[in-house]
Amino acid sequence: MTASTETGHPNVLAKAVREGLFAGVIAFFMFLLFVGIETYQDINNALVWRTRWGLLAIFVAVAAVGRFLTVGFIKPHVDRRKLAKAKSGVLEISENKSFFHRHFLKIALVFLLVYPFLSLLIVGKQGSLKYVDNFGIQILIYVMLAWGLNIVVGLAGLLDLGYVAFYAVGAYSYALLSSYFGLSFWLLLPMSGILAALWGIILGFPVLRLRGDYLAIVTLAFGEIIRLVLINWTDVTKGTFGISGIAKASFFGIWSFDTGSANSFVKAWGLSASSVYYKIFLFYIILALCMLTAYVTIRLRRMPIGRAWEALREDEIACRSLGINTVTTKLTAFATGAMFGGVAGSFFATRQGFVSPESFVFLESAVILAIVVLGGMGSLTGIAIAAVVMVGGTEVLREMSFLKAVFGPDFTPELYRMLLFGLAMIIVMLFKPRGFVGSREPTAFLKERRAVSGSFTKEGHG
Amino acid sequence: MAAENLLKVEAVETYYGNIRALAGVDVEVNKGEIVSLIGANGAGKSTLMMTICGSPQARAGSIIFDGEDITKLPTHLIARRRIAQSPEGRRIFPRMTVYENLQMGAGLDNLKYFNEDVEKIFTLFPRLKERQSQRGGTLSGGEQQMLSIGRALMARPKLLLLDEPSLGLAPLIVKGIFEAIKKLNKEEGLTVFLVEQNAFAALKLSDRGYVMVNGKVTMSGSGKELLANPEVRAAYLEGGRH
Repeated sequence: MTASTETGHPNVLAKAVREGLFAGVIAFFMFLLFVGIETYQDINNALVWRTRWGLLAIFVAVAAVGRFLTVGFIKPHVDRRKLAKAKSGVLEISENKSFFHRHFLKIALVFLLVYPFLSLLIVGKQGSLKYVDNFGIQILIYVMLAWGLNIVVGLAGLLDLGYVAFYAVGAYSYALLSSYFGLSFWLLLPMSGILAALWGIILGFPVLRLRGDYLAIVTLAFGEIIRLVLINWTDVTKGTFGISGIAKASFFGIWSFDTGSANSFVKAWGLSASSVYYKIFLFYIILALCMLTAYVTIRLRRMPIGRAWEALREDEIACRSLGINTVTTKLTAFATGAMFGGVAGSFFATRQGFVSPESFVFLESAVILAIVVLGGMGSLTGIAIAAVVMVGGTEVLREMSFLKAVFGPDFTPELYRMLLFGLAMIIVMLFKPRGFVGSREPTAFLKERRAVSGSFTKEGHG
Repeated sequence: MAAENLLKVEAVETYYGNIRALAGVDVEVNKGEIVSLIGANGAGKSTLMMTICGSPQARAGSIIFDGEDITKLPTHLIARRRIAQSPEGRRIFPRMTVYENLQMGAGLDNLKYFNEDVEKIFTLFPRLKERQSQRGGTLSGGEQQMLSIGRALMARPKLLLLDEPSLGLAPLIVKGIFEAIKKLNKEEGLTVFLVEQNAFAALKLSDRGYVMVNGKVTMSGSGKELLANPEVRAAYLEGGRH
């Protein structure tokens, strides 16, 4: 009896075989047209097709074997472990966490502070361009955007699918005001934040009465409107050509990062010319901006306005009956979230040196929202982890050239980035339906702070 | 003793679109009273509650609270006049802890009296103290009702509106909650306006009562009178004792 549970019950195995076969059949029909048949254009530009039975067989085999293993071995194992855990009576929230777990935030911050120099040490100037810029700055921009959106979606519970609009407003504010009026980065950074906040309020007004799906549709439309205006208002925005030659940020007006300028940073410090110094500088700016976003969010959550946001997410009618002005509460949520989006946008503009409407498509909004949801709505740590995984993951996927060895020389991993990305999201949502960090930290407590476990929350509701 | 008037609802008409839910309702609540409003499903009891809170607003008639016309005020400003409501279905904040829920109730005074008031609520409902760091959504129905009332009390209300506090609760728990309301009324002079389907318990508790049928008040009187009234007995009391 014990032996059979150890190795897997015969019934379980029979079921696993059955389900495996079934999954194989489904996979066969699902992938028959997509994978089994490939269309391409021949020399005469005519569309012809050829079959790829080998590849189809691989797909089917993966589905069948995967299902067989899941049903036959993985699931019984997981169930046994859950049962054992439940019997032993150990709660999910354990008091004695590991050192790493307890000091995770401090360790992460220290790591981020030394990260540029670490990469300089390890891969040198030229190599660290990639690590500081493509990974470091890119991820931190998304962390900031996601933290900004978190205020609207995670705290106030207003589903915003057009968040990228504020990012665009910030980016174009900087690009236009700096190239037309020559204003400096340090002046325009807060100004783009304010402009974006204004747009947040402008969006907020018409959608005050909307919630859920309806709100999502209107915000989606708003994002598209901003993008279309940017494309079609060619006199000012130069349309799809975009604005190039955007001024770089200066070292607080003391040194410039333009090569050849009189007070150039490299000259002043007697360094050899390299763009890596500018990137490192940018890295610290965005890191500081992220920290500011986190600080403001944490502070606001403990203040009446932050509590009102969270209460609004929970129950709007109850909010009003407690004397909360839901109009101003929603507008401040939109404005605050938009402000961080705008600041991130102006940083993006100065970092790229070029903005075009291409950068502000709906997919960007979707990615930012996905980061917030994957991370666990409302949780700053979870969202930061999700940003690392999602943005860093897609960057890593660019470099999967070893996959060519598996799938043949024609295989371009970049094309499959989105596919893998989607697959990863599905897997995460299946296993962690409330995101990486599903628990919510209470802002008020009598004696001890206790995380409110995510296990008590309805799935899909944070 | 000339009772001092706190809430005066006069000839109020409320519509949902074109449908008239309240057809000229007159109700008065005096300071220090417990007044209950009973009636069948769809009579307009909850609509009257919500109209007093300004959502939906009355299309005709007037609502005077403490000498001030609040008919056209938005809901959150009415709440700031210290009319606290424990709404139908309790509507606690499910993801927030019990403690945070109570904190939300004390927002009007910016938590000035929070510590002393929260102690009071915990004495009134000791169960809430046990559960203070638990999520609102994980409480039982009775505990949620206690929390809903507790949250309303945190606002230091002049008038407490209770919409169906007995909804879906076991009789023993209902008894406990009604005793707590009685205690608040006796010891602190809290004025309570109560909507109930559980007519017997509500009238027994109340100084006065109103009976509502199809958007109109058809009968009123002291709790004892209504309890003894044959029509009321037939319609709302004995009907439920099959």
